[in-house]
Amino acid sequence: MSTGITAVANGFRGFARYLGGVMGADAYAKYLEHHRASGQQEAPLSEREFWRDRTDRQDSNPQGRCC
Amino acid sequence: MAGIPDQRKDGTRAEGGLATDPDLPPPAVDQATLEAEDRKWTPAKIAMWVAIALLGGVAWFMLAIVRGETVNAIWFVFASVCTYLIGYRFYSKVIERYITKPDDHRATPAEYKADGKDYVRTDRNVLFGHHFAAIAGAGPLVGPVIAAQMGYLPGTIWIIVGVVLAGAVQDYLVMFFSMRRGGRSLGQMAREELGVIGGTAALIATLLIMVIIVAILALVVVNALGESPWGVFSVGMTIPIALFMGVYLRYLRPGKVMEVSIIGFVLLMAAIIGGGAVAGTEWGAAFFHLDKVTIAWGLIIYGFIAAILPVWLLLAPRDYLSTFMKIGVIVMLALAIVVVRPEITVPAFSEFAGRENGPVFSGALFPFLFVTIACGALSGFHALISSGTTPKLIEKERQARYIGYGGMLMESFVAIMALVAAISIDRGLYFAMNAPAALTGGTAETAAAWVNSLGLSGVNITPGLLSETAANVGEQSIVSRTGGAPTLAVGLAHIMHQFVGGTAMMGFWYHFAIMFEALFILTAVDAGTRVARFMLQDSIGNFVPKFKEASWRPGAWLCTAIMVAAWGAVLLMGVTDPLGGINTLFPLFGIANQLLAAIALAVVLAIVAKRGTFKYLWIVALPLAFAAVVTITASYQKIFSPVPAVGYFANNAAFSKALADGKTEFGTAKTVAAMEAVVRNTAIQGWLSVIFVVLSIIVIATAVLATAKAFRDRASGTATTDNEDPAVPSRVFAPAGLVPTAAERVLGAEWDKVPADARMERAGH
Repeated sequence: MSTGITAVANGFRGFARYLGGVMGADAYAKYLEHHRASGQQEAPLSEREFWRDRTDRQDSNPQGRCC
Repeated sequence: MAGIPDQRKDGTRAEGGLATDPDLPPPAVDQATLEAEDRKWTPAKIAMWVAIALLGGVAWFMLAIVRGETVNAIWFVFASVCTYLIGYRFYSKVIERYITKPDDHRATPAEYKADGKDYVRTDRNVLFGHHFAAIAGAGPLVGPVIAAQMGYLPGTIWIIVGVVLAGAVQDYLVMFFSMRRGGRSLGQMAREELGVIGGTAALIATLLIMVIIVAILALVVVNALGESPWGVFSVGMTIPIALFMGVYLRYLRPGKVMEVSIIGFVLLMAAIIGGGAVAGTEWGAAFFHLDKVTIAWGLIIYGFIAAILPVWLLLAPRDYLSTFMKIGVIVMLALAIVVVRPEITVPAFSEFAGRENGPVFSGALFPFLFVTIACGALSGFHALISSGTTPKLIEKERQARYIGYGGMLMESFVAIMALVAAISIDRGLYFAMNAPAALTGGTAETAAAWVNSLGLSGVNITPGLLSETAANVGEQSIVSRTGGAPTLAVGLAHIMHQFVGGTAMMGFWYHFAIMFEALFILTAVDAGTRVARFMLQDSIGNFVPKFKEASWRPGAWLCTAIMVAAWGAVLLMGVTDPLGGINTLFPLFGIANQLLAAIALAVVLAIVAKRGTFKYLWIVALPLAFAAVVTITASYQKIFSPVPAVGYFANNAAFSKALADGKTEFGTAKTVAAMEAVVRNTAIQGWLSVIFVVLSIIVIATAVLATAKAFRDRASGTATTDNEDPAVPSRVFAPAGLVPTAAERVLGAEWDKVPADARMERAGH
């Protein structure tokens, strides 16, 4: 019984993670991962700075949406 | 010849001269193993494909040959899904083998340009969803509904066959070649491959086409919201909801995208339910009851403000909402059709299939059906999305087939489901909703009388049915709600109420459908205006350098105002058109979209030829030729047809003559002012058609010249230039498709053993 609940919970978490990925919710985590992996010296942007920078760059680099 | 060398069978590390790191496992399954896997036909695999082919064949037989009273919706699902599977498994692999020739030893831009922001390696299944959300919008939900005037079969065949041979091919190839060029845009590729003339023509055509597409999408929203207090309230509420989400994400809890999306979604549902309550009150019905011209002006003002506001405040949060809704819509459509399985009573070919004066859109089946359904079969707009964002996120080259080709098949499936949902309603209701008010007279009584006078087989509609349906979905009237969106919404409400909630829920389902279509379209309007503004700024910047600075406010505002004025003028023209805007303008939308497809395919043709792939050039030439013939024929008829219902100039001449003769009403125009409006509108529409088609012919001609030159160069042994980024060896591995193959699993396990720091030693560059 409890394994069934765990399976459902895992499935739901997996789906939520997938949905988050599609919407780009994991962008900051991926940025940190890249920052770590590329061994840069300066400190990474904070979460607040990162999201600010992200939307501000979209201002000068717009992407179309389809019809 | 430049370009990638053919992959060798031995699959050594130095494959194609690209030396990958010997300390790491190979970044690609070697070619011989890949081919062996492909060619190995086990009995189970054969049985599966035979079953798919048989099921698909039976489904097509049920749709196309069997002429019963009704046909069950499930056959549409089987016919489309089986055809997609076969197209994906066999045709897209032919394209991969002979045209794109991906090489997983090469790093993709997401790897060699990795910056953690724009260039980020993304899991293939996540990217599939992301790309799908970017290409799918209101288009595939609207076009098939309008095309249902001709019966279900022509639209169904075009959506399914068109996507396999044309739409998905375009998306995949544009995405692949953009990926090989570091994620360059279609415009940049056109300039590089076709030279200054072809490139400039492509740029101007893209800009104009964007204006038309935004205007007609806006027209669909205006038509859906006109005289609908419930719709105006709930769609209007999306603006404060999005603003709240924007502030929440910027200041309160940055980065909590899922959290804010769920909050936004709940608020959205509350807005839909609240809309019903507000529209039920006397003041609400009075305050939110707006005519179409007012809504159009509101949309124009909104469009300008939305395009100059910072992205974080309005566009980004609404994008999240719209992605959330997209998933909801697909689930809902699938439930509606697979679970409820409605019976379809619409004939395969309707009485209008052989005529060119249909009330919903005018023109003969060929070519106008093929432009009416653009998104879902072949959409040029996708080329703008497939070049740009997605190629910067792909992890491995071989994944482009799954994401590009597969993503477009998915959109086609959405189009099929929308078609089925819309044709599940009564045919009389369909024509009463989709014919312009000039024909139906605008009231339930006149509309019913008009529909019954058409002499359609099996159609006998009562005014009672029209007013009852309107009352059920919470509207005062559904007569002449043209544009496709309201019809789809009634169709969905009709199916969903059998599934959840009964008649009491029909109003909710109807406005849920209107809400998501409006949301998609508003996002497209806002983003389209921004993209067009940047293109304009860039073009003016060639003469006045100051305009190139994106942060220079006066320039940005002026260019935004020009673009909004351009689409706003077309929108107002459509709203006030005495002939009914959708009827005359929707073909222009389809023509514009597919001319863009022809431009994209022309650029791809030149690239493929320059790579020396002449034997399989037909894979690109076939959809290009079809798109060119369809759009040029359609444009030709729109310009030169002597039939006023079809030809813009014929109509212009007829109305000009009537004015000159001193008549005070002519056809559907009841006043002199209306007649003058027709003269003005048809002249503008006609000249727009002329400009589009001339620009597109220039682009196609330069592409054909570039192709011929590549052929001559090859024959004479001259080296052709190649605009691909230099090949960089890859240091990562990921499977190509949805499910990893046996060989991919083995290699993946090898990679899992490599310590993370060993993979990523190539430090910041």
